[in-house]
Amino acid sequence: MSRSKPLSPHLQIYRPQLTSVLSITHRATGVFLSAGTALLVYWLASIASGPECYAAAQRILETTLAQIVLVGWTWAFFYHLCNGLRHLAWDAGYGFELKTAYRSGYIVIASSLFLTGLIWGCILAQTGGAA
Amino acid sequence: MSLRTALGRVKGLGSAKAGLAHWQSQRLSALCLIPLSLWFVYALMGIVNQPFADVVTWIRTPYVTVLLIALVLALLRHLQLGLQVVLEDYVHSPILQIASQVLLRGGAGIGALIAIFSILKIALA
Repeated sequence: MSRSKPLSPHLQIYRPQLTSVLSITHRATGVFLSAGTALLVYWLASIASGPECYAAAQRILETTLAQIVLVGWTWAFFYHLCNGLRHLAWDAGYGFELKTAYRSGYIVIASSLFLTGLIWGCILAQTGGAA
Repeated sequence: MSLRTALGRVKGLGSAKAGLAHWQSQRLSALCLIPLSLWFVYALMGIVNQPFADVVTWIRTPYVTVLLIALVLALLRHLQLGLQVVLEDYVHSPILQIASQVLLRGGAGIGALIAIFSILKIALA
């Protein structure tokens, strides 16, 4: 195996394209959301454990760091949801044209940002900015 | 007529014939999660800042109890199938591969059990 054979270019050589960046982001948000699922399990368990445990969970969730992570999770959720719909369309055989794939990609970015803003706008309006 | 070589057939090369179930299950859980997760995020906005008793009352509502359990089942299934592929792609040592897959299955299963037990405890208490 010492004879050098032509290799396909390594990943680092490619200029990132919208399609490939969105693809790896789908996977990254999926992993990130898995951590969010652990938080969901903890939240449910804290309610089942009584008011003191729930109050402790609330105190953790109200810290600035937790709020920032929650905004990140909201965006990751909407991104994974919107891009997941894009994947389901591909699975059904639609949207493979290069122009369509780029357009749906931009729609995914825009709608995930819009929906994240909408949710946190509603939360801030509800709590009067003291979330 | 098959285009496979006789040797390849004897060695059992080619498809493991177990990929379709994974693919279908991932899509099916994704389809379930579209309405369930949107409902949950919407409902959560109204519930997060409420007092403890109101949160409990909400979970005890029969349709909420059922939908929450459905959400947990679909979510943990989708999580397990997705992370399984991530581990298959990036973990190269065979021993770590098996260990991480076992941990993932165990973690997803225990997570689902804790969540469902919690929901039922709140609902039936």
